[in-house]
Amino acid sequence: MSNKTLPTWIDVGVIPLINVCLAFLVSGFVILLIGESPLEAVQYMITGAFGYAEGIGYTLYYSTNFIFTGLAVAVAFHAGLFNIGGEGQAYIGGLGVGLMCMSLDSFMPWWALIPFAIAAGAAFGAAWAFIPAYLQAYRGSHVVITTIMFNFIASALMVYLLVNVLIEPGTMSPQSRVIADAAILPSMKDVFAVFGVNIANSPLNIALFLALICCVLVWLLLWHTRLGYAIRMIGFNEQAAVYSGINTRRTIVITMCISGALAAMVGINEVMGAQGRVLLDYVAGAGFTGIAVSLMGRNHPVGIIIASLLFGALYQGGAELSFEVPSITRDLVVVIQGLVILFCGALSLMIKPTIEKLFMKFFAAKESANV
Amino acid sequence: MLSQDNTSQGTDRSPAIDLRKINKSFGPVKANKNVDLIVAKGSIHGIIGENGAGKSTLMSILYGFYEADSGEIWVNGKLTSIHSSKDAIATGIGMVHQHFMLIDTFTVLENVMLGAEQSSSLKQSKKSARAELQRLSVEFGLAVDPDAITGDLAVGLQQRVEILKALYRGAEILILDEPTGVLTPQEVQQLFDILSALRERGVSVMLITHKLQEIIAITDEVTVMRGGTMVATRETAKTNKEELAELMVGRKVLLEVDKESANPQQVLLEAVNLTLRDSAGVARLDDVSLQVRAGEIVGIAGVSGNGQTELLDVLSGISAVQQGSVVLNGVTIDKDNVLNAKDFRHLSLGHVAEDRHKQGMVTQFSARECAIMGFQDEPEFNGRLLMDNAAVTEHCTNLMQQFDVRPNNPHLKAANFSGGNQQKLCIAREIERQPKVLLVGQPTRGVDIGAIEFIHQQIVSLRDAGNAVLVVSVELEEVMSLCDRILVMFEGRIVGEMAAVDADAQKLGLLMGNAGGDNSATGVAAQ
Repeated sequence: MSNKTLPTWIDVGVIPLINVCLAFLVSGFVILLIGESPLEAVQYMITGAFGYAEGIGYTLYYSTNFIFTGLAVAVAFHAGLFNIGGEGQAYIGGLGVGLMCMSLDSFMPWWALIPFAIAAGAAFGAAWAFIPAYLQAYRGSHVVITTIMFNFIASALMVYLLVNVLIEPGTMSPQSRVIADAAILPSMKDVFAVFGVNIANSPLNIALFLALICCVLVWLLLWHTRLGYAIRMIGFNEQAAVYSGINTRRTIVITMCISGALAAMVGINEVMGAQGRVLLDYVAGAGFTGIAVSLMGRNHPVGIIIASLLFGALYQGGAELSFEVPSITRDLVVVIQGLVILFCGALSLMIKPTIEKLFMKFFAAKESANV
Repeated sequence: MLSQDNTSQGTDRSPAIDLRKINKSFGPVKANKNVDLIVAKGSIHGIIGENGAGKSTLMSILYGFYEADSGEIWVNGKLTSIHSSKDAIATGIGMVHQHFMLIDTFTVLENVMLGAEQSSSLKQSKKSARAELQRLSVEFGLAVDPDAITGDLAVGLQQRVEILKALYRGAEILILDEPTGVLTPQEVQQLFDILSALRERGVSVMLITHKLQEIIAITDEVTVMRGGTMVATRETAKTNKEELAELMVGRKVLLEVDKESANPQQVLLEAVNLTLRDSAGVARLDDVSLQVRAGEIVGIAGVSGNGQTELLDVLSGISAVQQGSVVLNGVTIDKDNVLNAKDFRHLSLGHVAEDRHKQGMVTQFSARECAIMGFQDEPEFNGRLLMDNAAVTEHCTNLMQQFDVRPNNPHLKAANFSGGNQQKLCIAREIERQPKVLLVGQPTRGVDIGAIEFIHQQIVSLRDAGNAVLVVSVELEEVMSLCDRILVMFEGRIVGEMAAVDADAQKLGLLMGNAGGDNSATGVAAQ
């Protein structure tokens, strides 16, 4: 039945666009329902996300996290693994980043520290993904179930550590001590200041560049290395991979570890960048949003960047909206985000048959006109 | 139900099926072009054509899976529109699919009535279904135990359940899609007896197949499709295999494999007392020993599912040896020396997988990626860190040229090649390195006649170059014409061996059904 194929530009361009529009349409009705003007709301959201320098900074700062978690989901997805554990892996990864920063921040500045911080974060995130991966590959426990469980375990573990171990002595809030200023990643404001350009202050920092580098690396990994070849083959057809002499179990474990390491880079953006310390729940759902980002971005780095921008804008614009229009609460913004996730993720194929039919009709008409 | 309309048949001469100018395209591909087809009432009408000729599309239109872009469907003289299989059933069309649509854990009765229950009470439904099933069984001579668990039945009986299902829903026109692929020759004969009985009762049968001998054996009329069009309709009595083959392909074809007699040398591949148990502990391979020598083609005949797949998996390193050993080019592989598929390839083994969609290729990959499967770690395709994609593409282009794979485009998705061209690419990949031992599973499954000839020639020339070839095929004709020596497998054991020159379908068929003892091929559960 899969004889019907749409051109790529419709598949990856038009369909997601229509999905986003549908989500906004439904959101509009919801906003109408509570007696506010949807147009006004859209206006607030767009200005909030892109209308001024600080807003753009926040949008890109959120996007940075989503790129990391989106890539994490995508890499696993190419091997046919649904990594729901990005949230926990990012959380634990941030712990690694934080511990490394706190142990070395008195000795070195950020530029010397960052390789260690990345390595520690990646190791922690990978380790957190390794256990579900091992159980999947060698024991057959489904990775979806185990990674969800590991999110809860990560959350409980972090609460324990922050309350009992890492807490700054003499304080009441469960968070670690602040990392030394010199060890914290420069914000974009500082970077631009070097070139004499003055931009507004925001949590946006150079982790954005790391995110873009990761996109290139993931692209190289998946389509230009043997490992990527093996990953994709397992994802499409595991039996064919065995036929080709690929060690599928080992590859599954490696893939999940890479996925966990990518999710852990959220820790670089948050712990070493925006927050400057390890604190409770700093991942704030980015791990789950990564699933929607990856789905919407068709598991391709370029798509993930675009989808991350959209979700970044939704987060930032949504915050702005609930601030400007008091009757649109924070929760309603979550509803809008949820609708976008619903239409772009869960219902991403809903309109495909219709589009296909329309396209066929149009195409057939053109064809017969040519004859 | 088929209420005695024999009386009306005399007056109503309109055909059972009359398709007029059916068109259907998938994107730029025209699967059916102005197809006209008339099936007379109470006849067996064969539809034959290569893969991709449009047979399946046409039947899918008739059964409501697809809607035609244009054209008319007349059933029993009435213009009908069929939007779904429900419509098709309502107009009296039934279909027996190639892969049975049965629920293994249900009883025969439950399968037959599923979706067509007479009452919302299960007990009532079962009662009336049982009576109806009884009536059908008697009327058409289709005896099956209604309380047997479907999964326990032999394949031939399961197919009978499928036919009963269609009749239960009131089918007067029965479409059978490649019905004999999984049957032993004896079961095929039984099926043909059933079809003849159906014909006598006024049921019209459409038989879709690519096997010429079946068309000759059972049909009244035959229609040949090629490239989405009807190229000819013949009265079966007035045609022959050669003419049909020529019509299918559009040129003269060689049905026999042209080869010199074999000159077997030293043993290159040996299986010694191989036993393989599945996770349930059932022996899939039971003490299998065989030898393949340089310069010969050994064939393994058998109904699919009798251990051939498992044998190929063990001999190629996909499954680990559990018991016994494999000796490949002098290297012994057993429990203590486990090698994987890549290691086997390094010992100069080529393996064309039985099922290219499951194992032999990745249909979502581009052709160039498929062309290096199993060789992805070879230095020629790899730089220090990244893969040398240019080399991979060049390799694929070369293979495509040498083995005439069309279209010659290494970047095209593997799924977009026809079955024959996919298979040619798989065979090219494995043969190109001139392996000392080549395993070929179903060399020509889903491959059109034109490509069959080519593939057979390639296998024979590899043999003539002094290599050993082991062929597994469920096509008896292929095993008999391609191979030099034939082994027969049944329930994981090798139950017979003979030289190809001594083999005939009758002898092999008896061994394949293990007619010596078991009754699964012929037995009919008592009513």
